[in-house]
Amino acid sequence: MKLSHEQVKHIARLAQLGLNEAEIEQLSSQLSDILENFEILKQIDTCNVPPATHSIRLQNIFRKDSATKSYPQSEILANAPKQEANCFRVQTILE
Amino acid sequence: MNELCQLAIHQAHELLKQKKISSVELTKSTLERIAAVESNIHACISVNEDIALKKAREADSCIASGDITPLTGIPALIKDVICTQGIRTTCGSKMLEKFIPPYDATVIKRLKAQRMIMLGKANMDEFAMGSSTENSAFFPTHNPWDLSRVPGGSSGGSAAAVAADEAIYTLGSDTGGSIRQPAGFCNMVGFKPTYGRVSRFGLVAFASSLDQIGPITKDVTDCALVMNTIAGYDPSDSTSVSYPVPDYTQQLIPHLNGLRIGIPREYLVEGMQSEVRTALDIAIKRLEELGAEIDWEVSLPSTKYALAVYYILAPSEASANLARYNGVKYGFSEQNASAATEAAEKTRQFGFGPEVKRRIMLGTYALSAGYYDAYYLKAQKVRTLIKQEFDQVFKKYDVLVTPTSPTVAFKIGEKSEDPIQMYLSDVCTLPINIAGLPAISIPAGFDNNLPVGMQIIGKPFDEETVLRVAFAYEQATDWHKRKPSL
Repeated sequence: MKLSHEQVKHIARLAQLGLNEAEIEQLSSQLSDILENFEILKQIDTCNVPPATHSIRLQNIFRKDSATKSYPQSEILANAPKQEANCFRVQTILE
Repeated sequence: MNELCQLAIHQAHELLKQKKISSVELTKSTLERIAAVESNIHACISVNEDIALKKAREADSCIASGDITPLTGIPALIKDVICTQGIRTTCGSKMLEKFIPPYDATVIKRLKAQRMIMLGKANMDEFAMGSSTENSAFFPTHNPWDLSRVPGGSSGGSAAAVAADEAIYTLGSDTGGSIRQPAGFCNMVGFKPTYGRVSRFGLVAFASSLDQIGPITKDVTDCALVMNTIAGYDPSDSTSVSYPVPDYTQQLIPHLNGLRIGIPREYLVEGMQSEVRTALDIAIKRLEELGAEIDWEVSLPSTKYALAVYYILAPSEASANLARYNGVKYGFSEQNASAATEAAEKTRQFGFGPEVKRRIMLGTYALSAGYYDAYYLKAQKVRTLIKQEFDQVFKKYDVLVTPTSPTVAFKIGEKSEDPIQMYLSDVCTLPINIAGLPAISIPAGFDNNLPVGMQIIGKPFDEETVLRVAFAYEQATDWHKRKPSL
């Protein structure tokens, strides 16, 4: 499985990850090599095997719907790169 | 060298209890040691001397009034992936270089309740992705046994720090071997508990179905003492389990009579260094002399798929978990962009290092339309098979024993350009995370002054038997008493 530059760029867009040309070049070959190592999984028949999302069998963890104290706005905003009027400030989303 | 920093937790505790030493003296000893060796080791991302000494004085006044637990007044370093309220938690990444968590992880709350002295935060591979601590965005950590070699990773700072007596114990995190492999490389005891045993609340997420927090200590007794505090149900982590937590020191007995130990043969082949094999053979012989019944004919045939399964599942989970770093709520933010999408792309381009980018790309690919079934779903199914094989084998054996790593610590720079070679250094540890089992690495010999680790794997939630085997072996050997010359 060889990943083309176009495929690498497509995956990067899905991951919202900016890459320069050198990174695209390097990832194209490195990811291809890694994917080749995954081919071994084709040897194993998993037709009737259920997938495991976790190693322990936990399902539907419920808790009481009770109000608890939340953090003050100032503490949560303290790490914000940009804030305005007690909100996170982001760049233009729609032109 | 001041000797107090060389003490194990249980030794320091006795002296504190008898009022022969104070927590301030003990804390100062570790801080002096940090000042003396850090320029060679680089295990710490931050050291908070003033806070540590203040907490030590508080601990001393508690001890004076008779209020003391095994961890009271004992100085520790915490891997920088675990959130500490008001103290910078970087994850070894430029992305979180200035991040100050507004809350403590549950493990930190539990340790603070015992009056732990937190010295600072330990270096690590960026977002815990790596096996050498070379992926730290700040600096690589050096192995105290040979400064030209890696300490392992991703908890390399935590392992190197205890090995160099910069802390009495540390916490690490383990997603595919990140506690055990560095513990093995640095001659320390490193324990990954069963998935669900220790709360992950406040552990910055890498791969949520695999991550566990655990201790790195100077001996097995210390490991049990830290486990006594950090294990247990936490409503803030919906994957933590409510099983009762035993006193882990209770099963620490010096023989292995009646125990059945299996040696899975798939862990003893391909690329294994002969000196590691020799050390392991001698160690297993010792386990037999201690009363255990050894079976060399155990087979876990799906082991050969574990590397592929892990490098599909962990990056997939990581790519989802790391989507939150887009420069809006916290962390590094590239403002030089005309729109939000471009800002996020640039933030992630300049905030993440090469290994993190590689794994985000790999995970995104494995989860993307058209490839999900072939990679992610397939890996989840093979995960079931790997887990079932362990379940079967554990019907017959109490624990399994393997090397922790196929080699001793490698040279800095030796594998950093070759991701696949780096991934292979976790080949013995990552199947354990896939199955969610408890496993420990303990000192089991040396190859030319470089430590060899032995891994002991247990049944789910049977941490006690793992610790029992580790303790009996430790009592019969002196490896853990050796110190690197610095």
